[in-house]
Amino acid sequence: MAQTIDRADGKLALTHIIFALAALMIGGIAGMLQGMVRGGVIELPGGIGYYQLLTAHGVLMALVFTTFFIIGFMFSGLSKVTGGKLTGTARGLGWLGFWLMAVGTAIGTVMILLNKATVLYTFYAPLKASPWFYVALALVVVGSWLSGAGMIVQYVSWRKNNKGKISPLFAFMAVATMGLWYIATLGVAITVLFQFIPWSFGWVEKINVMLSRTLFWYFGHPLVYFWLMPVYICWYVIVPKVIGGKIFSDALARLAFVLLLLFSTPVGFHHQLMEPGITPFWKFLQVILTFMVVVPSLITAFALFATFETTGRAKGYKGLFGWFKALPWKDVRFLAPFMGMVAFIPGGIGGMINASHQMNALVHNTIWVTGHFHLTVATAVAITFFGIAYWLIPAITGRRMTEAINRLGILQVSLWALGILVMSGAMHISGLLGAPRRTSDTTYNGNEIAAQWDPYNMLMAIGGVILFISLIVMAVALIKMIRLPKGETEYPVAESLTPAEATPRWLERWGVWVGLAAVLIVVAYAIPITDMIANPAPGAKGFVLW
Amino acid sequence: MHIHRLEKIWIGFGLVMLAVFLTVLGIFAFAQGVQTPHSYAHQGVDPEKLSETPPFDQPGVYQIGENEYEAVIVTYAFGFNPGEITVPAGARIHFVVTSPDVVHGFEIVGTTVNMMAVPGEVNRVTYTFDEPGEYLILCNEYCGVGHQAMYTKLIVT
Repeated sequence: MAQTIDRADGKLALTHIIFALAALMIGGIAGMLQGMVRGGVIELPGGIGYYQLLTAHGVLMALVFTTFFIIGFMFSGLSKVTGGKLTGTARGLGWLGFWLMAVGTAIGTVMILLNKATVLYTFYAPLKASPWFYVALALVVVGSWLSGAGMIVQYVSWRKNNKGKISPLFAFMAVATMGLWYIATLGVAITVLFQFIPWSFGWVEKINVMLSRTLFWYFGHPLVYFWLMPVYICWYVIVPKVIGGKIFSDALARLAFVLLLLFSTPVGFHHQLMEPGITPFWKFLQVILTFMVVVPSLITAFALFATFETTGRAKGYKGLFGWFKALPWKDVRFLAPFMGMVAFIPGGIGGMINASHQMNALVHNTIWVTGHFHLTVATAVAITFFGIAYWLIPAITGRRMTEAINRLGILQVSLWALGILVMSGAMHISGLLGAPRRTSDTTYNGNEIAAQWDPYNMLMAIGGVILFISLIVMAVALIKMIRLPKGETEYPVAESLTPAEATPRWLERWGVWVGLAAVLIVVAYAIPITDMIANPAPGAKGFVLW
Repeated sequence: MHIHRLEKIWIGFGLVMLAVFLTVLGIFAFAQGVQTPHSYAHQGVDPEKLSETPPFDQPGVYQIGENEYEAVIVTYAFGFNPGEITVPAGARIHFVVTSPDVVHGFEIVGTTVNMMAVPGEVNRVTYTFDEPGEYLILCNEYCGVGHQAMYTKLIVT
């Protein structure tokens, strides 16, 4: 019987995916409880703090679920498109990376459960967690570097064996994603290794707060593109095959990823627009660069709709919008990513609003921001990943994805979309009315102004419960997948409309692109960071305020 | 590389819109003074020595002109010093904030006053309170177990 994916490679990928989904489930319980606390529906049982739960939710969802799913998915795709088998070295590095990340996750989770790291997933200084929390983060990051090395080893091996040929699109995109990850994690690695760990162990007394924040957000923004790029891989490479079409433009898809590699990092100040210690000039410069990173998403939007339309017209559908009917709405492998695309429209627009320099004052640290990222990472990214899991897991385990699983999947993602609509909608409106984020309670002792936020908190609680029900449906589906009939499930990889040979080779000159990315980072960050180091504000001692 | 005509129009339209947005933001920020809050980069204060460092050694609201004030505020876990502030309608207030402990947020609900108070740094923002009423000042950056109780009032008579 033909195997969709090599068994050993599949095991590597599946282990990552299951780990990711387990983190999602636990993080989801936390999220639901948070919503219910804020909605005034429950009080947390003794011993659990709201901010502890919030820290767990952020770390599990935004760092663990995402990273593990992405690495698992990309290893599976690399195996598929680069000849059907990972090299021993690539797979070995993949496993090493997995174990390091898993151990880091375990240590970090223990620290959070012990209430020694209630610092939220951004761990801003001078809140000071247990040093083992920072060590745990470092292990996760270093583990991911090994995983990335495994992917690059595989890519290099393919190129050596296929001299002169352009790389498969999935592989190119995976390398671009990990390339961005290496660039991005440099910032958080430096602050964690050279600031947080020595400071939390007590080897140095004080920490340079502005520097630590700046290095974190140097990482924190490209982090979201590390999440988005694998989603774009699905939308560009997988979805056209699912709908019976082809990739609209191989070259422009690669260009979009190159632009993401260039413009994702020199923009971190748009998360720091309301802070002191950074002059408006540098903030605005990074705002301009932030708006540049909108362009690859515009390219992607066009490519997707062009793919849908050309596919529909090729199937004979006529009229201005007739091709819309050609899309397989009853196929969760398409429906879920499509819902992600739709969510990304207000999500991306909201992001632009957030980055709009002085306009950020209207939304900074309000729950509007939380609404924004629940549209982007918690919908565009998560729902696309759900849509992938429904075919990827059977494909790896050598079973047939049945219509029953498909229907469960459609139910699950539809519930998810509904929950997000209610919850994120309420967050956006409430945030515009000034409601703060990251707060266990927004009643402020019966304050009248604060009372206007109460109905929205209730809507968020309802949305959170709907999302949790969606996760229960997903858990049921995952259990059913264990007992699917043996058979084959397709790993959908699309071909390009234009022959791949037509794609300009300069797109694959990694040295040029990484070099340019470095130049942009130096332009955006060198002077303000040098200033923070050479003329630092007085350092801060640590505080444990929880 | 071949780019479809419609795509050229789409990307061109997108770039023009981005340029328009940036121009509007830039003019309002740099020419009209509607700017992000900021300190001048070299004004560090020692968070452990605020009680000895002007102006934070004497937090409070000080009149500096005709219905113009400087509000020197220390944000701490978990409150504000001074607590309640009262000013007449039309008051133009320059808020000057810092923190002796962790990072706090300083948000006045319903206004454009929303900035970070970072230990070691001084942050500033200006706002004119034309509308009388009671305003809620709250901390919107997680600062510990009492974060949700960190608030005070600004009353405009």
